Amino acid sequence: MSAEPGRALSEPGPSTGDTSVPAIRLDGVRFGFHIDGRQTEVIGGLDLEIAPRSIVALVGPNGCGKSTLLRVIAGLLPARAGTVEVEGRPVTGPDSRVGLVFQEPRLLPWRSAFANVAFPLEVAGRDRVARERRVTDLLGLVGLRDWSRARPAELSGGMRQRVAIARALALEPAVLLLDEPFSALDSLTRERFNVELLRLWERIGATIVLVTHSIAEAVFLADRVLVLSPRPAQLVADVAVELSRPRRPGDLDAAAVTRTAAEIRAHLEGATDDAFAVAAGDVPAHAQPDQAIP
Amino acid sequence: MIRRDRVVPPLVALAAFLAGWQLLVLVGGYATFILPGPLVVGERFVVAWTDGTMAPHAITTLAEIGFGFIGGAPAGMLTGYVMARSRLVNRVLSPYLVAAQAVPILALAPLIALWFGSGLFAHSVIVALIVFFPVVISTLVAVHGVDRRLLEMARSYRVTRGQRLRMVELPAALPGILGGLRIGVTLAVVGAIVAEWTGGETGLGVLINLARYSFKIPLMFAALLTIALIGVALYSVVLLVERRYAIPAA
Repeated sequence: MSAEPGRALSEPGPSTGDTSVPAIRLDGVRFGFHIDGRQTEVIGGLDLEIAPRSIVALVGPNGCGKSTLLRVIAGLLPARAGTVEVEGRPVTGPDSRVGLVFQEPRLLPWRSAFANVAFPLEVAGRDRVARERRVTDLLGLVGLRDWSRARPAELSGGMRQRVAIARALALEPAVLLLDEPFSALDSLTRERFNVELLRLWERIGATIVLVTHSIAEAVFLADRVLVLSPRPAQLVADVAVELSRPRRPGDLDAAAVTRTAAEIRAHLEGATDDAFAVAAGDVPAHAQPDQAIP
Repeated sequence: MIRRDRVVPPLVALAAFLAGWQLLVLVGGYATFILPGPLVVGERFVVAWTDGTMAPHAITTLAEIGFGFIGGAPAGMLTGYVMARSRLVNRVLSPYLVAAQAVPILALAPLIALWFGSGLFAHSVIVALIVFFPVVISTLVAVHGVDRRLLEMARSYRVTRGQRLRMVELPAALPGILGGLRIGVTLAVVGAIVAEWTGGETGLGVLINLARYSFKIPLMFAALLTIALIGVALYSVVLLVERRYAIPAA
């Protein structure tokens, strides 16, 4: 537990997370946009519990509302109905218990890597000494200690996203949400980043929810893979990944990987067919007949 | 040498311009009170600065530009920001702003003189008015153009309104705002001269009129040269600030 000033005692660090309370709990969460004066439902009643210090991957067809769901959990978008709880307490707005990494790094181009990571700490009013210590730790954690003075324009795409992850971790969130964080990277770099992400997770012990389009990535990283239906997003399947940790790309149980991936793909294919129907504008999305809602 | 490459061409161009000017005067045989040559103007310029003719006028004009800019530019930034962030304010103010801008400052200046007299204050008001518009528009456009994704990122860390302005919007909009200030600072010089033509005791505009009525055309040219140099100097200052502080979005 860090002794930084300004940190409320009621805010447990990720390493002290109480395992009896779910890290994230969604209860009947609905969300909709107004498009051309019409209410379009994006999330259609989601119930979900995510255990502390687990990794959960969200997969689903394009535009099914995965990113929207992350924003609702992060408190950036208000749920139209239902409640979102993090560590047993409701999320009512942007919340320091949740760190969100966007699809793009979204760094401030005029700030150095160091100053970008310091941004949340400055906003939260931490003093200079505490900021410098924390940022130095975080840059070390993502392997960018030597790049602290570099501007985003001088960093590679992967480095920028690492800065963004360090920034999201600045306020020691219990939950880290990742919205396709490595989608802009080439597949080799991406594979390496996934390994790094696991190593990072082992050290910080936060709960991670990530959106991905890659089934292989979901299986490699996650304890649970949640398959979502097209809009309005509902849970189609909840697939447990039975692979031991720590995971390294070379020594995964190939049979288990194949079996899990096939199961996810089967659910996803059903969902994607619906996506075409919805895109055509006639059939409302429905859950699969063989759905496995826990 | 890179530096020499940057300095030599402008100097050659300047020399060519002055030579052409002198040639025109010699070949055309123009009288000094129609078109004085560069040598005559140069000499008058030096004399006017050394005998104390020019300095008081230049100081008055600089003061008007300074006060007017200090009044008009921040007001323009504030108005532009509020218009960018409030659709209501934008709708209400836009027509008036455009209408006010459509009225030439030359037509407005006598009215200002009527209300505020012809002293430093009145002249500064005219400068402020002429600086105001380009700064409003450039700020409005620049703040509108701030990446919404950065604003959402900032919101996820619970920035206050003041923090958002100071840490995100202002630095992101700075290049655009400074572009407006660049236009504003050259217009400020125009505003000061126009203001002085409506009346006043000192100022480079006044000096130009005095010189014209007494057919001291070389002095008039020397005053024009001073005005041009002031404009270039102020523009360079804004440019320096821009180079130092404005980092374009990657």
